[in-house]
Amino acid sequence: MQREGQVRIPAGCAISGIIDKSGNRMSGEAIIDSIAVMRERSNGLGGGFAAYGIYPEYKDYYAFHIFYDSSTSKKECEEYLERHFDIINLSKIPTRKVKGITDSPLIWRYFVIPLPTKLSDSQLDEREYTARCVFRINTKIEGAYVFSSGKDMGVFKAVGFPEDVGRFYRLDEYEGYCFTAHGRYPTNTPGWWGGAHPFALLDYSVVHNGEISSYDANRRAIEMYGYKCTLQTDTEVIAYIIDYLHRKKALTFSEIASIIAAPFWQTIKGMSSEERELHEYLRIMFAEQLITGPFSILVGFNGGLMALNDRLKLRSMVVAEKGERVYIASEEAAIRMVESSLDKIYAPKGGEPVIINIAGGGELD
Amino acid sequence: MINYIYPEYEIIRNPDKCISCGVCVRQCANEVHENINKTNKVICDDSKCVNCHRCAVLCPTRAIKIVKSGNTYRENANWNCKTIDEIYKQAQSGGVLLSGMGNPENYPVYFDKILLNASQVTNPSIDPLREPMETRVFLGKRPDDIMRESNGKLINNLPPQLPLSMPIMFSAMSYGSISYNAHESLARAAAQLGILYNTGEGGLHEDFSKYGKNTIVQVASGRFGVHVGYLNAGAAVEIKMGQGAKPGIGGHLPGTKIVGDISRTRMIPEGSDAISPAPHHDIYSIEDLRQLVFSLKEATQYKKPVIVKIAAVHNITAIASGIARSGADIIAIDGFRGGTGAAPTRIRDNVGIPIELALASVDKRLRDEGIRRNVSIVVGGSIRSSADIVKAVALGADCVYIGSSALMAMGCHLCRNCHAGRCNWGIATQVPELVKRLNPDIGSKRLVNLLTAWRHEIKEMMGLMGINSIETLKGNRLMLRGVGLNEKELQILGIKHAGE
Repeated sequence: MQREGQVRIPAGCAISGIIDKSGNRMSGEAIIDSIAVMRERSNGLGGGFAAYGIYPEYKDYYAFHIFYDSSTSKKECEEYLERHFDIINLSKIPTRKVKGITDSPLIWRYFVIPLPTKLSDSQLDEREYTARCVFRINTKIEGAYVFSSGKDMGVFKAVGFPEDVGRFYRLDEYEGYCFTAHGRYPTNTPGWWGGAHPFALLDYSVVHNGEISSYDANRRAIEMYGYKCTLQTDTEVIAYIIDYLHRKKALTFSEIASIIAAPFWQTIKGMSSEERELHEYLRIMFAEQLITGPFSILVGFNGGLMALNDRLKLRSMVVAEKGERVYIASEEAAIRMVESSLDKIYAPKGGEPVIINIAGGGELD
Repeated sequence: MINYIYPEYEIIRNPDKCISCGVCVRQCANEVHENINKTNKVICDDSKCVNCHRCAVLCPTRAIKIVKSGNTYRENANWNCKTIDEIYKQAQSGGVLLSGMGNPENYPVYFDKILLNASQVTNPSIDPLREPMETRVFLGKRPDDIMRESNGKLINNLPPQLPLSMPIMFSAMSYGSISYNAHESLARAAAQLGILYNTGEGGLHEDFSKYGKNTIVQVASGRFGVHVGYLNAGAAVEIKMGQGAKPGIGGHLPGTKIVGDISRTRMIPEGSDAISPAPHHDIYSIEDLRQLVFSLKEATQYKKPVIVKIAAVHNITAIASGIARSGADIIAIDGFRGGTGAAPTRIRDNVGIPIELALASVDKRLRDEGIRRNVSIVVGGSIRSSADIVKAVALGADCVYIGSSALMAMGCHLCRNCHAGRCNWGIATQVPELVKRLNPDIGSKRLVNLLTAWRHEIKEMMGLMGINSIETLKGNRLMLRGVGLNEKELQILGIKHAGE
C-alpha cells in the first residue's frame, strides 16, 4: 500500500483547543475529554495532540519527537543528530497499552540544541538551521520521521481514535497552558503514524478540518521557498505557509489571517482608505498564500493560539470563554463537555481570526 | 499561363430564393458576385471567393451558401490537395506563400486533451450566483520581502501593477493591420470591461489616447510610432521580441495599407512598406534586452510595467528565465497557433511550439529557480474559450491574450486572407468603404458580450472546483488531468492522467 505522501488523501475531521490566557498550566485530561465527544467526526484512522508549555525544565532546547520504523533508522538518525546537535537528553516517549492503538513504531524524544560551530558555519539562524535539519531527516533518512521539533512543546499522534491516542501517550500526565487536538476521517486508509495530525514545524503546529481547493497552488508556491511537501496533506502545506509568513516574512498573525483567508474585494472596497491599502497590498503581495475551500484551523505557537475559518465559513467552529480559559472546537458539545458554564460562546465569522496571546508571551508586534 | 488551381470553395445560389437584390454584389470586395448586363441574373466567380461568409450572412433570403468544392486531385497520403495547390501557386508566381491568422495544421491541441476537476462530497462546490467569485488579477513584479515603517506599518513596496477585472487581455494587433474602427472597438471594450488592449507595433492613433489606462503600447523592431509621449500614453509598455505565427521574423505591412492616418501614426511616408527587421538591431543578446527594458523604464519614470513578448520556441524556458532576470515585469508568450495579419505560410505552419507545453515548462522553470515572483506570465496563441483560459491559469498563467477570438467577436470569419487587405468585415482592411462596415458601437458591444459570457463561465468552472478566487486556481495543476497523453507529455505539463 502507498504511504501518506505517495498519494494525496482528503480527510474530514474534528478539532478542539484549550488555552489559558494567563499561562497557567493544566493537565491534558480535558482536551482528551473534549475531542472524545466528537468521535462521530473521526473514523479511527488518525488522532493527535499538540501541547504547549509541557517541558519547562528543557524550555531552551528543541524537543524532537521522532518515529522510527526500525533500529537501523534510529541508529542512522541518531548519528545525524549527534553530528548537528548537542543532545541534552533522550528517552523513549512514555506510553501505555491501549486497545485500539496497534502497530506502534519506535517513538523517541530528544532535547537538542544546534552545535555552535555547525550553526555558525551554516550562516543560518538557529531556527532555520533546526528546520533544515528536520527536513533533511524526514526526506533523506529512510524510516525516520521527526513529527515535533519546537521548544517547550510537543506533538503526540498516532493511527487510532484521538481519545485512545491521548491515553496511549499518557497526555493526562502532562501539564501545559495550551492544547490542541485532532480526530481524523481520511477517505482512504493511510495506516502510517506520520500522516496523523497535528502537523508541526518548530513550535508551529496546525490542526485542520477541511479540504482546501487551493492545495496545489499553495504547494507549488511554497515549494519555491525551500519547503518540500512530502505528505501531500492540506495540514502540511498550511503549516509551511504559517512558518513562511510568520517566521520568514515576520508578518503578524492578524496579517497572516488576512492573507490566507483574505477578505473579498467587495469587502475591501468598503474599508477605510488605510485598511483598503493594507489589504490590497497583502492580497497582491501574497496572492499564492490565499487558501480557498473549507477549513477550520487551530495554529499553535509558543505563547499563543490562532483559530481561523475559511473566508466563506464552510466548516463549523465555535469559540467559548470561561475566566482565563478559551475553548475552541468544531462542535459546541466538545466545549460543554469540559466546561458546562461558560461566560460566552460564539461562532467567529469566516475569515475572522481569533488570536489568543498568553500573558507575557505571544508574538512581539 | 494557365491557372492550375481549381477554386477551393463553391458558391451555391438557390435560384428559388434569390431575389436578385444585389446585396451580395455590393458586399463582396473580392468581386465574386456580378449582375450580368444589369439584368436580374447574378452570377459568381468561385475563384475569387475566400469564404468569408459576408454574402451568406447578409443575403436577406439566405439564398447563398458556400461549400467546400468537391473537386479533388488524385490525393494520396503524402500529396494532399493543399500541398499540390501550393506547388502550383508558387510555380505560377515565383513568390513566398503568404497567409493570415494562425497555424491551421493538424498538430495536437493540448487544451483539448486536458480535463478539469469538480468537488464531490469531501468539499463543497461554490455557487457563483450566490457567493462572491473573484476573477480580479494583478500583473507585475513583486518583491520578496516586506518593509515596515518604524511604527510597524507595512510599506507598500510593490512596483507598478496592472489590475484586470479578469485574466484576459486583447493581444497586439496594430493599427494598420486592422482598421481604425476595429481599434476603437477593442479600446472601448477594454475600458468597459476593466481590461487592456494592445496597440501592436503601429503606434497609437491620437483619438485613442483617452483610453490610455486600458492600453498597452508596443515597441517592436521597426519602432513605428514610438516616441516618449507614446510610451507614456498607456498603462504598460510591451517589447515585442517575437510572435507565435512567425517567430524569428518581423511584421509586414504592405505600402497599400500605409495611407493617411496610418502613415502619420507610424511616422513613415505614405505608401512605403512597413517591414520590421527580423531582430531588434539593438538587441542581439539578453544583456541588450535588459538595457532596452531599463531605457523604457527611464522614459516612463518607472511608473509602467514592461512586458516582453516572445514566441514559444524550443528553448523557451532558458529565454524566459533570462527575461525574468532582465528587469521586465511581465513575460508574454505566444504559442505557435497564434494569429497574424500576414506571415509566410511555411513559417506560420512549421515554426514554434504549442503554448500549453511552453507555459507549463516556463512556469516550472521559474519556480525551480525561485524567480516566479519576478514576473507575471501572459499566454496567447491560441485561446479559444473560457475553458482554455481556466486550463491555462491552472497550468500557471497569470493571464491570457486573445486575438483571433476577439476578431471573431467583431465579425471575422477566419477566412485567413487578412494579408489581402480586402476584409469584407471591415477589420483587416484600410479601404474606407469596408472599414465603415464595422460599427464600433456594435463591435465593442460584441466584445463586451463575449468576455462577459466567458467571465461567467470561468466563475462557474472555478465554483465547481470549490475555488472562489482566481489566485488559488493559478498553477493549481492538481485540478487538471490529461486524456490520451503519453508519459512525456504529462511530465512536461506537470499533470496526472485521468483516472490517477
